[in-house]
Amino acid sequence: MNNGSAYVSMRDITKIFGTVRATDGMNLDVAKGEIHALLGENGAGKSTLMNMLSGIYIPDSGHIFIDGKEVKFSSPRDAINAGVGMIHQHFKLVDILTALENILLGQRKGLLLNKKEHETKIKKIMDKFHLEVDLKKYVYEMSVGEKQTLEILKTLYRGAKILILDEPTAVLTPQETVMLFRIMRRMKEQDCSVIFISHKMNEVMEIADRITVLRKGHTIKTLPKEATNPQELTELMVGRPIDLSIKRVPKVTDKRVLKVRNLRAVNEEGVEVLKGIEFDICAGEILGVAGIAGSGQKELCEALAGLYPVKEGEILFKGENLVGKTPKEFITRGISMSFIPEDRLGMGLVASMDMVDNILLKQYHHNKGLLVKRKPAAAKAQEIIKKLDIQTPGINHPIKNLSGGNIQKVLLGRELDSHPELLITAYPVRGLDINTCLKIYDILNEEKQKGVAILYIAEDLDSLMGLCDRIMVISNGEVTGIVDARKVTKEQLGAMMLGKKEDEYAV
Amino acid sequence: MNEVLTVAFFKAAIIAGTPLLFATVGEIITEKVGNLNLGVEGMMLMGAVVGFQVGYTTNNPLLAFIAAALAGAIGSLIYAFLAVSLRANQVVTGLALTTFGTGFASFMGQGLVGLKMSEQFSASFQKIKIPFLGDIPGIGEVFFNHDILVYFGYVTAILLGLYIYKTRIGLNLRAVGENPAAADAASVRITAYKYTHILLGGALCGLGGAYLSLVQVPVWQENITAGRGWIAVALVIFASWSPYRAILGSYLFGGLDIIGFRLQGTGLAISTYIFDMAPYLMTIIILVIVSFRKDRKNAPPKALSEPYFREER
Repeated sequence: MNNGSAYVSMRDITKIFGTVRATDGMNLDVAKGEIHALLGENGAGKSTLMNMLSGIYIPDSGHIFIDGKEVKFSSPRDAINAGVGMIHQHFKLVDILTALENILLGQRKGLLLNKKEHETKIKKIMDKFHLEVDLKKYVYEMSVGEKQTLEILKTLYRGAKILILDEPTAVLTPQETVMLFRIMRRMKEQDCSVIFISHKMNEVMEIADRITVLRKGHTIKTLPKEATNPQELTELMVGRPIDLSIKRVPKVTDKRVLKVRNLRAVNEEGVEVLKGIEFDICAGEILGVAGIAGSGQKELCEALAGLYPVKEGEILFKGENLVGKTPKEFITRGISMSFIPEDRLGMGLVASMDMVDNILLKQYHHNKGLLVKRKPAAAKAQEIIKKLDIQTPGINHPIKNLSGGNIQKVLLGRELDSHPELLITAYPVRGLDINTCLKIYDILNEEKQKGVAILYIAEDLDSLMGLCDRIMVISNGEVTGIVDARKVTKEQLGAMMLGKKEDEYAV
Repeated sequence: MNEVLTVAFFKAAIIAGTPLLFATVGEIITEKVGNLNLGVEGMMLMGAVVGFQVGYTTNNPLLAFIAAALAGAIGSLIYAFLAVSLRANQVVTGLALTTFGTGFASFMGQGLVGLKMSEQFSASFQKIKIPFLGDIPGIGEVFFNHDILVYFGYVTAILLGLYIYKTRIGLNLRAVGENPAAADAASVRITAYKYTHILLGGALCGLGGAYLSLVQVPVWQENITAGRGWIAVALVIFASWSPYRAILGSYLFGGLDIIGFRLQGTGLAISTYIFDMAPYLMTIIILVIVSFRKDRKNAPPKALSEPYFREER
């Protein structure tokens, strides 16, 4: 494909933040009716490049052409007027408004809202692109997938012909991802251009027509999907040959460290969220937990760390029932939890504090005397940076200014540093690129070999099946099966996630 | 008790509640764009003293109320500049405005203490009976036989309600208070929305203060608002940010404000000081009750008292 047929063309785009060249003379051509994937590791410049196409950043140098004409955007509004809309990872929706009201936000004409008239127009777009949104529903009642569909509808309603999706699947369940891909294909049929930012290889291979690989601010190569394979793409992305397979180290012992029996808990509204969970974990074993988002994973994690009130049941840690103990007592017994929520910072770390202070948060009580000693914590921070290869300007830099992957490494590093016997880790690779994922799997395997029992909660079935010894599937607060990760298939896991019991399958 | 709960009492409650109503809806519109302005008491006092001075000098009621509204708006402009443009802490800025307004009113009012508005001036605020509605037994007398500003109070609250919930601008302003990043992405001009509505809120607070000094009392006295600005701040929560419910709350508190005075006449052996405490006790009770309520639609604007900065993440 030559430049002449490109609908969107970005030429020699350079953007410098301080001393960092976020994009250094990047080029990109996207055709009409094409799904174009941007593939790259964290910090490759994918989001920066797209933020310039959608008017959020202004390039320091370079040219952008749309339909052959050069454009210069100084705000997102300019971009949407030229037909470019971007769906961000953090949805820009107002919770207390309905879907319709969110779409109408920012209109400049008329005194009254004129909902009826807009509604018919919106319905037309919904039909055209096969979108399903309940326009009267409030955003706070919506699932993540519904919110995303609403964002897409909102952008299309404003006249977008070029749609940029920034890691749209990072927060979706597998079912929602299927829905999203259906919408993307439909947009392609309607002659829209879709730019899809991702680092999930299997998704890129499934949906994209062409793939542009970026690395450290440079455009490496654009390839049609048919002409390439995951191995080649990964090598282009990382810049060196890499082994993609997840290692599974054999289970170390049969000593049962944790036995959970008939664990029940209710949430604030009085709904039972854990319905008699039962399982065991051995020292040196990784037990995976699979389930649709919101099936009780968060509550289970918190209950096992002593943070969620348990209504009934037992948490037997080395024979001692911990139900009713304080979180601190859980920690002193060697139970450690790292939970990466969807927004990464919501739990575990204080965003505006630096690494040292965040480490001290979990250690200050070992400190004798009135004042807190920062020196040992600072040394630990240095050690964690080195061990996990964290990219940061320094240990005194506020955590919130690090990239997502690095924040996650800080959290995991701190938890591992307390030498736990039971490590609960939820979504540790959420939103991370392959290289960092593999690094984190290696760390978990290392801990496993040391004899740590690990409860690994994840969304990605590939990683669960590759890394874990056994997988426990939960659905709606209930265990629907505990299966051998080496023997189970994705289809079986999927069915159990939707509530089918394991024995109906006889794995 | 029956001697107290008469038509005359309820009617007086409406009058006593009118300054509260102006101040409460003023603070509601301010908080709806995400700004907590604790300077209500200060802005009311600024409006009260400037209105009184202008009214006393010119004998022109319209001019007096316009001046009072402007005084309140200028007070809120100071707040808006600090809290919106400079992103200063909203609580501290609001408290400073109250202190400033109180001092300003004492200073301006030094020579006014004890002065009374002229008969001619007060004649502009005669009771006007609304045809038909005013003839309903009981209710007519309580609600529809008042001076023009009481009616203006009804109209203001209802219009603000329609403005917030039914218009395009109202939708945008709610979005600004809930999620400024989303509103910004939808190209709503955040700073313009905040300034406009903070100033509008300030003007309404100024009007509320002037109603006290020009109509309700109408003699100048030191600290004429006597904490009503604070009650208005609490009433915003009581009304759960709805101008409609603010009407109910303001008149309820207007009643509490005067009940002690009324009970004196009955010879009831309770200290009037107990009744003077009533509005404040009620405020505390309401705050406790409200804190138990968990309802998304009646919750405070989500971005309340958070300064907005586009490039923050």
